[in-house]
Amino acid sequence: MKCRVCREPAVIDIRRHNANFCSEHFLRLCRDQVARAIKDFEMFEPGARLLVAVSGGKDSLAVWDILRELGYDADGLYIGLGIGEYSDESGRTTRAFAEQRGWPLQIIDLREAYDYDVPTAAKVTKRVPCSACGLSKRHLFDQAAVEGGYDAVVTGHNLDDEAAVLFGNTLRWQTDYLARQLPVLPARSGFPRKVKPLVRLGEREMVAYCVLRGIDYIVEECPMAAGNKHLGYKEALNAIEAQSPGSKQAFYFGFLDRAQAHFAAAAPTAERSDAVELTTCSSCGGPSSGEICAFCFLVRRTAGAQPVALTVKGSS
Amino acid sequence: MKVHLRNPSRTLDVPGPVSIVALLQRLELNRETVLVIRSGTLVPGDAVLEDADEVEIRPVISGGAT
Ligand code: SF4
Ligand SMILES: [Zn+2]
Ligand SMILES: [Zn+2]
Repeated sequence: MKCRVCREPAVIDIRRHNANFCSEHFLRLCRDQVARAIKDFEMFEPGARLLVAVSGGKDSLAVWDILRELGYDADGLYIGLGIGEYSDESGRTTRAFAEQRGWPLQIIDLREAYDYDVPTAAKVTKRVPCSACGLSKRHLFDQAAVEGGYDAVVTGHNLDDEAAVLFGNTLRWQTDYLARQLPVLPARSGFPRKVKPLVRLGEREMVAYCVLRGIDYIVEECPMAAGNKHLGYKEALNAIEAQSPGSKQAFYFGFLDRAQAHFAAAAPTAERSDAVELTTCSSCGGPSSGEICAFCFLVRRTAGAQPVALTVKGSS
Repeated sequence: MKVHLRNPSRTLDVPGPVSIVALLQRLELNRETVLVIRSGTLVPGDAVLEDADEVEIRPVISGGAT
């Protein structure tokens, strides 16, 4: 196996590109793919100030690293979700990563700052943990970005994540979601711009990037993720990909090129995210569709509730 | 050779020599969903592992729903 660029021994094969790469040229490929996504989707300008949502996982640490390598001014924000050992470990990993490099990292711990955590919120609201978790993360990243004057919130969603979400939305023809599934969401009334610079890179490439760059990320999964639909979609897509390399990329980018605009045009105005009437949350001052926003409502319901003792440990 | 696997974490003893492709086939793993790591770096797909090797098979799929 030889590197496509320099003919030296390769360390990784990427079947959808029908090519192998040595370490140096693979890392360059990753940076080039991110640079291309930023340009193609007009994610942000060269001098932009970026806030990266970091979890300690491969994708968020890698995207932070790549953006810095590309010369962007990117800070990190980590949210302590209170999910037992998984959160302890991911917090340690993220702090160590930022400290070693001297990069600014802001930390918000849900229990310390708002007196609740994700498992407790899930119990009180009787919803799946990912629901309270996603709501909390979205709100806190949005708020931090707006208050900190950042040009965009960066998340580590990669090609596999986006293809899996698309697969789920298509399976159930969730046309309102299809209308909004884009790698860039523009800023609007109180919400920051949101971008996904890793959409041109697969999950396997992100792990390879971290290994080759010596990035120590948390390999253990969040215990709450076990058995969710999203994982099932990824498995199904990977079975197809193994038979027919390039399928995931063709599926996702074909959607962006040829289908997304039709869904956006057909979406009833009331359902379009930019058309919802918003007021200001009387509690946090953020955008809200009611008197207080969904996050503040969650905090009111769950703060101070008897914390849930986690029986599941870090590995799932 | 020693093969470390995750989720759940376990170690298998597999006789070498064996190519990466054959090893993954034997373990019924999809090549799209794992990477093989030896002494902190990636092992290419056409490499042959010897009896004395120690490798980790790292899953690459993560499952956050948001
Ligand atoms: S899997 Fe669910 S609960 Fe765990 S971090 Fe992701 S969104 Fe939160
Ligand atoms: Zn090379
Ligand atoms: Zn609020």
